[in-house]
Amino acid sequence: MKNICFYFQIHQPLRLKKYRFFQIGQDHYYYDDFQTEEKIRMVAEQSYLPANRTIADMIRSSNGKFKCAFSISGVALEQLEQYAPEVIDSFRELAATGSIEFLAEPYAHSLSSVFDTDEFELQVKMHADKIESLFGKRPTALRNAELIYSDEVGEKIVDMGFKTVLIEEAKHVMGWKSPNFVYSHAYLNKLKLLVRNSKLSEDIFMRFSNPSWADYPLTAEKFIGWISSAPSEEKVFNIWMGYESLGMVQRHETGIFEFLKAIPYHAMEHQIGFALPSEIGKKNEPTGSLLVPFPISWWGHEKDLSPWNGNDLQHEALEKLYSVGVRVRMCNDKPLLHDWLMLQTSDHFRYMSHKEAYGSQYESPYDAFVNYMNVLADFMDRVNAQFPSGIDNEELNELLTTITHQEKEIATLEEEVKKLKVRKAKVSGK
Amino acid sequence: MKVLMFGWEFPPHILGGLGTASYGLTKGMAEQKDLELTFVIPKPHGDEDQSFLKIMGACHIPVVWRENSWEHVNYRIGKFMHPDEYFWLRNGIKYDYTRIYTDELGCINFSGKYPDNLIEEISNYEAIASVLAHQMQFDIIHSHDWLTYPAGVFAKHISGKPLVIHVHATDFDRSRGKVNPTVYSIEKRGMDVADHIITVSDLTRRTVIEKYHQDPRKVTTVHNAVEPLPDADSFTKTERKDKVVTFLGRITMQKGPEYFVEAAHRVLQKTDGVRFVMAGSGDMMPAMIELVAKRGIADRFHFTGFLKGRQVHEMLGESDVYIMPSVSEPFGISPLEAMQVGTPSIISKQSGCAEILTHAIKTDYWDIDAMADAIYGIVKYPAMYNSLRNLGREEVNNIKWYNAGLKVRSIYDGVLKY
Repeated sequence: MKNICFYFQIHQPLRLKKYRFFQIGQDHYYYDDFQTEEKIRMVAEQSYLPANRTIADMIRSSNGKFKCAFSISGVALEQLEQYAPEVIDSFRELAATGSIEFLAEPYAHSLSSVFDTDEFELQVKMHADKIESLFGKRPTALRNAELIYSDEVGEKIVDMGFKTVLIEEAKHVMGWKSPNFVYSHAYLNKLKLLVRNSKLSEDIFMRFSNPSWADYPLTAEKFIGWISSAPSEEKVFNIWMGYESLGMVQRHETGIFEFLKAIPYHAMEHQIGFALPSEIGKKNEPTGSLLVPFPISWWGHEKDLSPWNGNDLQHEALEKLYSVGVRVRMCNDKPLLHDWLMLQTSDHFRYMSHKEAYGSQYESPYDAFVNYMNVLADFMDRVNAQFPSGIDNEELNELLTTITHQEKEIATLEEEVKKLKVRKAKVSGK
Repeated sequence: MKVLMFGWEFPPHILGGLGTASYGLTKGMAEQKDLELTFVIPKPHGDEDQSFLKIMGACHIPVVWRENSWEHVNYRIGKFMHPDEYFWLRNGIKYDYTRIYTDELGCINFSGKYPDNLIEEISNYEAIASVLAHQMQFDIIHSHDWLTYPAGVFAKHISGKPLVIHVHATDFDRSRGKVNPTVYSIEKRGMDVADHIITVSDLTRRTVIEKYHQDPRKVTTVHNAVEPLPDADSFTKTERKDKVVTFLGRITMQKGPEYFVEAAHRVLQKTDGVRFVMAGSGDMMPAMIELVAKRGIADRFHFTGFLKGRQVHEMLGESDVYIMPSVSEPFGISPLEAMQVGTPSIISKQSGCAEILTHAIKTDYWDIDAMADAIYGIVKYPAMYNSLRNLGREEVNNIKWYNAGLKVRSIYDGVLKY
């Protein structure tokens, strides 16, 4: 039986405010709350809420046969909790149906998997905790931020105990291979790879309402027809996209929600089922392994890291940011740690791209860079204030352990002194 | 196709951007081999590059009939023009210009600069145009900037050949909106009579349409380009511990020098290791020196006075940032020159060149915070400097006068109904 695997990504960056260099050292609040709120409210009202209603409807009308997965970044969850709590409630209701799976991802929607693997592990755990506390279930499948994946990242993911990971259909990796099978990691075959079917995914989020597209108008019947006419060995159809595609990119008026609602019916008619990423990973044996020596992602034409790390500006910003990673993790200043997460969000770097700055609030990549670097300069000053940069990381670590040990030592010594005093008193009392 | 061009400046003796643009454009156009260009300027110096066009000096064209021997003419102007040509042009005198003061050859003594009696020089230039229009053969007339519009208009009326005028600036740019009515009327008449108007940016095009009430169909933008600098690599930076931020241009109201001083003040409040240079001269220079003193930044703010020729590129090459906060700049070629020698540029959004540059920082001219921030960014973050330097240089090297020349050609073809 063929299965369709729907997965939707929810992420919104915390927008930085205009931060001039003379604010460095004076102003430690970096965010444009007004803009953030406006964006999240807009996307919640136009997309998340109506789309959640549609999904709920689909689950109901198909008697729970329709299933789909979500991945909500920690950054987005915080914004939703603060500005659109009804979206969280609506996800809770969806979660209660049992047809929904939440995927794991790094909390800050960061590029840490490539630049700072310790941070990556920490963030995935942090995200899993958050998902568990909100929706009651710990994720078992992982999608990395921007679907970034390489053999090395895969290894790390296996170490963290995940068995299924979602990746992009990058042509230079797949070659002639079809995305409609389950694959495995290049040399660790217990890690299953699900590959996005980019054609079918793009048909929905990019081309659905495009009248100059040969297959316009796209109906559910036609769409399911394509899947059912695919060779019978092809079992898995991974249709993944940003959730805001439903309602924002493809507006309500295009009929996108009606299209979705009709999908379960036509699927069932053709004996096509729906499955969640973790189920697919469990049930299917890999047909082969995929060799991914260099990181791939789901953005741009090259499907690589160039949207975030493709020019000198981005390179510099990322390098400076992750140079303080070890140090920040030694801190326990809560606002500082929170800023650390928010500054890692991948969007900040994409806005510095000369080619992929889509959705940027800045006038130019240079503008984005200067603003970010000013913020980062202030942030790094704060980190330095905690731990002066003159001391290198290892030395600092030693000092910190000595300090904590000292306390213990003092405690034990004091205890001893007390005992001795008591003994002395006893002795002198005699 | 023969083109009769009226200009005011031509390198190497230039006073502003008009000469540079005239040179670049004609050189780019001359690459089209079927174009024959004659460029009239008030006063040539004899050392102009005439390899691709013919330069004619208005001060050597007779407007009043005087008898002179061949030898005398040869002695006087042989360096610039063949005496036979003088006698031939003399036949083009059809009107009585004895009211104008002329020398013994019947020629007018032009200053070729921007003197106090500029309006008089402009109208004398008309007399020259009448002689040329009667005597010469050409297909089209092309007038550069308002000083030459009356000459172009007169030549058109005499010859019946179409007139294209090239708007390098309008009085709205020069005066920050307080327009001189005489200048305006000269500009307006030129535009009204012209068969087509070329503007150097969309910004100027809008001014021409909105303030001079021209039919948008008649106005086309041809962005300026920049001459390739063969020895661009020879302008290197001396190692020094301070970064240099440079303003280069006439110190006048139009160029917004005070915004540069204020931005410098902002930057210096937060950081040292930066020096500011204001190169050039102009009527606002004393006021700027005073402002610098008042802000207490005179130890880090330097004035160089007027620079010319190679000095300009040397100054740009020595700088870490070039800034042009012009209040209204029809095009503004100097940021392109700065980028050629690898100096990152900050330009105001009110500059025409902002329309074609991606790898330059654009701010509003009044937004000194944004300007200060951009200066700080380039000076403090090496990636920003390197990125602007490398991508900027690549970008300007692809802005070619040849392409501008092709656009001008298609406008010619349009008015000649080819």
